[in-house]
Amino acid sequence: MIKAEWFYWLVGLSFLVMAAQMVTDRSNPKRLGTGTFWGLIGAGFIYSSWVVTKQAPAEPLGAAVLVMACLAGFGFTGRGTPRTTTSEQRTASAAKLGNRLFVPALTIPAVAMVCAIGVKHLSFGGEPVLQEGSETILGLGIGAVVALVVAMVMLREKRISVPVQSGRSMLEAMGWAMLLPQMLATLGAIFQVSGVGDQVGKLTASVLPEGSLYIAIVVYCVGMFAFTVIMGNGFAAFPVMTAAVGWPVLIGHFNGNPAAVLAIGMLAGFCGTLVTPMAANFNIVPAALLELKDQYGPIKAQLPTAGILLGCNILIMALFAF
Amino acid sequence: MIVLLGVLVVVIGFATKRNPLLVVGVAGIATGLLGGLSPGKVLAAFGDGFAGSRAVTIFAITLPVIGLLERYGLQEQARNLIARFAGLTTGRFLALYLGLRQIGAAVGLTNVFGPAQTVRPLAVPMAEGAAERKYGELPDRTREKVRSFAASADNVGLFFGEDVFLAVGSILLITGFVNTTYGTHLEPLQLALWAIPTAVCAFLVHGWRLLRLDRHMERELLTARVHDTAVVEATK
Repeated sequence: MIKAEWFYWLVGLSFLVMAAQMVTDRSNPKRLGTGTFWGLIGAGFIYSSWVVTKQAPAEPLGAAVLVMACLAGFGFTGRGTPRTTTSEQRTASAAKLGNRLFVPALTIPAVAMVCAIGVKHLSFGGEPVLQEGSETILGLGIGAVVALVVAMVMLREKRISVPVQSGRSMLEAMGWAMLLPQMLATLGAIFQVSGVGDQVGKLTASVLPEGSLYIAIVVYCVGMFAFTVIMGNGFAAFPVMTAAVGWPVLIGHFNGNPAAVLAIGMLAGFCGTLVTPMAANFNIVPAALLELKDQYGPIKAQLPTAGILLGCNILIMALFAF
Repeated sequence: MIVLLGVLVVVIGFATKRNPLLVVGVAGIATGLLGGLSPGKVLAAFGDGFAGSRAVTIFAITLPVIGLLERYGLQEQARNLIARFAGLTTGRFLALYLGLRQIGAAVGLTNVFGPAQTVRPLAVPMAEGAAERKYGELPDRTREKVRSFAASADNVGLFFGEDVFLAVGSILLITGFVNTTYGTHLEPLQLALWAIPTAVCAFLVHGWRLLRLDRHMERELLTARVHDTAVVEATK
């Protein structure tokens, strides 16, 4: 059986190799901090395998995470000059290779699709070929490895250091944004165990006027939206707002259709995800990946859509859920 | 009540534009300690959180191959390709991408597209290529705008497509939470059906905004050009 952990190790290992390159990259004025940051992430990726199975203590990893946050947060990381081709070389190479260049790029989604649809149901010797529940992650990982092989054969590129260097430049360009999604997931978990959810539930219930269905709908949807903006995640907002308003008021008191109320409530939360820097993996990481000067560019592009869709969700719920 | 200070830390941190990693770290430590966790437990929570959420960073595995292809002119070729489709403007192309992304997510292929896998290597060069064919070299501001909208098409498509699919995280979270907390029996299919009206709205609203991007660029770039020629003539 192919396990998801293998790909986490592969990612961890490549981060470690890239970290070693970063430390020796003299074009980067902050090479030591940068190398340490990515080295810790890489080691953390591998060490995590034993934390997940409770075979190793989580505290050292937690300490390492805080060190990474300080390294990046206090400006100890930077980027070197990428070693790459010139614009003229790229144009010439594109002219020579033509549309064949798309083959490896499209291999990633194609393999991911085959794994998610087909290989998912295959088993070998009574065991599923792909670890259950991780088919999409595995699809992405296998797709990336297959695509790399296809690309290197097609381009007659023999040095594995070339793709590693290119990947490293993209990592350095993304910098700290790369770690933020994982940090936010952690923050959500800490909020949960510390009882933030219960407190917000009590607060919302105390300000909600009784007897008005439409106000309750607006409070539920806007609450999902606002709390998602703060937490960066609709999943964190959902239990809070549903316990406060969705279930007791909209479904219990006003006899709403549970499936409609809850599904639309969650989508109101997704409107919040579109406009918050806290949802870094959707908003800040792409900005870094696309080398935007304004890291809030995607949020600005999404803001009007999010507002209109929040209104749509409130309307749809008011019209069809009761 | 006092644990809500952690939420306040996040809000203030972002309002004063501190580094998000530091904001999240401080908010996590403060909330954990105020919520009665021991310092060791707070550290463990950070460790468990990192270990449990590695999946969000797994896309890094695609970076070497994308980087390699870019060295050999992937983005340039994406521009060349789109330049051949005369009718395909930036807005129309991005609306098409939005639709594909939404359909993909709705049938469960949430990882088939994405910012690292498709937006940077393919969607952005194609969207820019369509604009360059019409207007020539793009000014930085326009380029930023096209890229921002390309990222937005990916996000909107994913968010409002995936809930139509049964096995997606958010649907399973809803049924899991409600069925265990309130002792009911909600089926994922019922929830997925109720995601369809919003999915349609999302396509219409964002698709319309993407199409308007064309008109916006035309106005902006043509006036800029008129302005440029005026300056050139004045200095002749």
